[in-house]
Amino acid sequence: MAEELKLFRTWSSVFALRIVWALKIKGVEYETIFEDLSNKSPSLLQYNPVHKKVPVLVHNGKPIAESLVILEYIDETWRETPLLPEDPYERAMARFWAKFGDDKVLTSIFWGVFLKEGKEQEEAMVEAMEHLQFLEDELKGKTFFGGERIGFVDLALGWLANMISIFEEVAGLKMVDEDKFPLLAAWMQEFADSPIIKDNWPPRDKLIAKFQALRDAKLAAAASK
Amino acid sequence: MATSDVKLLGAWPSPFALRVHIALNIKSIDYECLEENLLAKSQLLLQSNPVHKKIPVLIHHDKPICESLAIVQYIDEAWSSAPSILPSDPYDRAVARFWAAYIDDKWFPWLNGVANAQGAEAKKAALDQVREGLVVLEEAFGKCSKGKDFFSGDRIGYVDIALGCFLRWVYVAEKRNDVKLLVEDKMPGLAAWANKFCEDGAVKDVMPDKDELLEFANMILEARAKLNASSNN
Repeated sequence: MAEELKLFRTWSSVFALRIVWALKIKGVEYETIFEDLSNKSPSLLQYNPVHKKVPVLVHNGKPIAESLVILEYIDETWRETPLLPEDPYERAMARFWAKFGDDKVLTSIFWGVFLKEGKEQEEAMVEAMEHLQFLEDELKGKTFFGGERIGFVDLALGWLANMISIFEEVAGLKMVDEDKFPLLAAWMQEFADSPIIKDNWPPRDKLIAKFQALRDAKLAAAASK
Repeated sequence: MATSDVKLLGAWPSPFALRVHIALNIKSIDYECLEENLLAKSQLLLQSNPVHKKIPVLIHHDKPICESLAIVQYIDEAWSSAPSILPSDPYDRAVARFWAAYIDDKWFPWLNGVANAQGAEAKKAALDQVREGLVVLEEAFGKCSKGKDFFSGDRIGYVDIALGCFLRWVYVAEKRNDVKLLVEDKMPGLAAWANKFCEDGAVKDVMPDKDELLEFANMILEARAKLNASSNN
């Protein structure tokens, strides 16, 4: 049976990139549909009426939304090169860390440090450092969060590998100091250099421009209050 | 299989701990329940969940598992004999996980927001948002249940647990604000589901008592209001 697999994404969404990486790691063919979020397609609205966001994976006409949910679906549907471990305890740990990444790390680094300034930024930085320390500790004795090769948690946290340097350049401060977080810095390099990851990353100059504009707009809005 | 080495660190008012109680009951697992005082957390809790220092924590063979939905999935996978909590088909599992994420990431923060809303207008807006979320969940119920009693079909499952754990807190919000949130004519499916869920064998003995929870909520919310008032002076 001909499989029909479509991925709705934007050029920059780190959440959508998780799905690109997962599908490529598993060697699964798919069609990409790029969305303009200021002008969402009727298809996107039909496939993700609840959130109206990317990524959405549509498999034989059936839509799946929410990137971590999509990753698990991909892992259960295409069984080669597993992303999640087999052992239930290890799987629970993987789900824990992926959720920690989205709920805490992303929040403190992006919404807290990157999009703020002054005292608010300083406070967010303290929190972000605590969160990064947990990740540093979790990497002890491992190359990747998944162990010897890239797994679920690496894909969930993968945005750190490239976005941190972009945030650091735009905001003008250091977030992941190699001296403070040697394992995390090493992981970021390993992950970014991995064959599939490095060939599937949005252009740096476009990302810098986008996030510079985003930060400028956010800070201006906050200042005008 | 030895089940005496299953401990749940919880707190009776917590809807998140309730999820784990229900999951353990579905699988008929014997477990030791350790009630935490959230104002004076035990060493065991702090050691078992150093990242968040929160309940629930499931400790199985001395290994801690944290985050209620990760724990529920762990229970389903570690005790893989029937009854299942998640469906077996990958697409159905993705739909179940999607709705659990919606409940945790969107709907529960709205429910929580009711208590935090200051002033009549903000309260009304917060309550309206909770109701709107329930309308979305009513539609989800229709699609998932396919005419049966629960989101999962004939027996309670993942989404039932994810949402059902909040029913007593919905009651608390209704009573404290003198409104109806689970409106029968707008959400007939959910209204019927709520009754069946609370009556389910895995749920009814672990669901907190309505009036006890209301008393508890009144106490902590009034204490919090006093604290806010005094810190604003």
